[in-house]
Amino acid sequence: MKIASRFLPRPDLGETVTMTLDGEPVTARLGDTVAAAVLAHSGDASRQSVKGSPRTAYCMMGVCFECLIEVDGKPNSQACMIQVREGMVIRRQNGLRDLGGHTDA
Amino acid sequence: MRKTDLIIVGAGPAGMAAAATAARGGAKVLLLDEQPHAGGQIYRDLGVNGDPKPYLGKGYASGRSLVENLGAERITAEFGATVWRVEDGPRVVWSRDGESHVCSARHILLAGGAQERPVPFPGWTLPGVMPAGAAQILMKSSGMLPCDAVLAGSGPLLYLIAAQMIDAGAPPKAVVETQTVAMMLRASKHLPRALLAAPTLIKGLGLIRKINKAGVKRFKGASGFQARQTEDGGVAFVFSARGRKHQITTSLLLTHQGVVPSTHISRAAGVVHEWNEAQQAIQPLTDKWGRTGVSGVHIAGDGAGIGGADAAKAKGQLAALDILLRLGLLSKGRRDQGSAIPRAALRQTMAIRSFLDAAYAPLPEFTAPKGDTIVCRCEEISAAEIRQSLIDGTNGPRQLKTATRAGMGPCQGRMCDLTVRGILKSCGTNPSMPRARSPIKPVKLGELAGLVLDE
Repeated sequence: MKIASRFLPRPDLGETVTMTLDGEPVTARLGDTVAAAVLAHSGDASRQSVKGSPRTAYCMMGVCFECLIEVDGKPNSQACMIQVREGMVIRRQNGLRDLGGHTDA
Repeated sequence: MRKTDLIIVGAGPAGMAAAATAARGGAKVLLLDEQPHAGGQIYRDLGVNGDPKPYLGKGYASGRSLVENLGAERITAEFGATVWRVEDGPRVVWSRDGESHVCSARHILLAGGAQERPVPFPGWTLPGVMPAGAAQILMKSSGMLPCDAVLAGSGPLLYLIAAQMIDAGAPPKAVVETQTVAMMLRASKHLPRALLAAPTLIKGLGLIRKINKAGVKRFKGASGFQARQTEDGGVAFVFSARGRKHQITTSLLLTHQGVVPSTHISRAAGVVHEWNEAQQAIQPLTDKWGRTGVSGVHIAGDGAGIGGADAAKAKGQLAALDILLRLGLLSKGRRDQGSAIPRAALRQTMAIRSFLDAAYAPLPEFTAPKGDTIVCRCEEISAAEIRQSLIDGTNGPRQLKTATRAGMGPCQGRMCDLTVRGILKSCGTNPSMPRARSPIKPVKLGELAGLVLDE
């Protein structure tokens, strides 16, 4: 299901960056965190919990770890603590957590 | 190894004020903060992107001088620095861009601030349910405004956010307030003292007036919170107020039951903690200068007990003065002399605290939930599972963690420590303090292995 963002469209984004979220182009404001950019783009879950229920970013301050997402191939990245960059590749974490031992240098 | 006079962890009002005072007194300061900019949560991203949005108000803009003072020569500030260990020496270890760093200091000041109190109820893990403070962070740092949101809970921050949303042209659909008449009556005995903090009281009344004037629907004495997902991805929020059941559908349900000290860092550092009954929170044991029982470690700001931004600033200044004395940079007489102004400011701003604590206390349904309500969000452990584990003979927070996995996820108990404690208490036990150990934030093994400790 595609759920619209739960936030109002922003009239003046200022300087922007373009990224992809599950392959879809996303425009974010330079200075946004990945979590903010994802919430501004969509109201859908950004990951599933250990038991498979839908979750989105929650505390926005690095406390709760609900915003874990894949950023440029790195799973379990704390989306609310990472700022957006041009060309960033973001993927929602569907399914069980991947500890990423094989992808991490 | 890097060495400095004072390491301050946290660049909110306490940390920023302490850094300025310590640097002015001749100390070399290293200020570390996890966020990309100074300000903490209260002054988050203030000074970034020019002038702040007018709807955020004067209180937010007033933090500017604190941020500007960080330009002092003796202050080195590092952002994006997640402290994961404080150890004897004293030394601090932090992670930044996937690499860990160590610095030793003659003294450490922990100024990690507060987090919002977890507000567990059936459906609080659903997309579209967030803490009100989190929405305010999005307003401050990204200019994002909630769409037709419902604010639910209690506390001064709830009114402030409602007023900011109104001024921004995105008023809440409703404000659902959990404080009861009985709570207000209990709080009223603290009112005479609260009058000493008249400006804060007047500001609060002004916020409420603004909400009423804007025609925002208010429900008081609300309880029995439940949320479920609607077919189009919205949130159906059900609650009772004054004996009647209500349902409001919204895209965003923003909850709030006050803030509590962030204590993982101080607990892992070995500081003794106590239970603050009035604030329903765990807090470190500190003296009037912020000194702890651990040699070389002071704590200031909301991380030492909730007082708000003005109190945090004063506590930061007081801690810095005491640290300057300990570093041999200030005489006892000069310390005491310098403390007069922050001490008076602290007394004035704290005068309202007992009133606020009593009037906006968290409801028992949130501090000790029952049934299917998720307590530990990371591991998805329900209140019923925790209660069953207690019936099965689990004893205390440590056994409960091992038996149920509550608190074992990546947040390390930040979202469930207090709730687990509340359930233990409601079952008649007097729980010990939950433990926190370093690394207090997840660190990858590769990063640990790469840590160079040159002597």
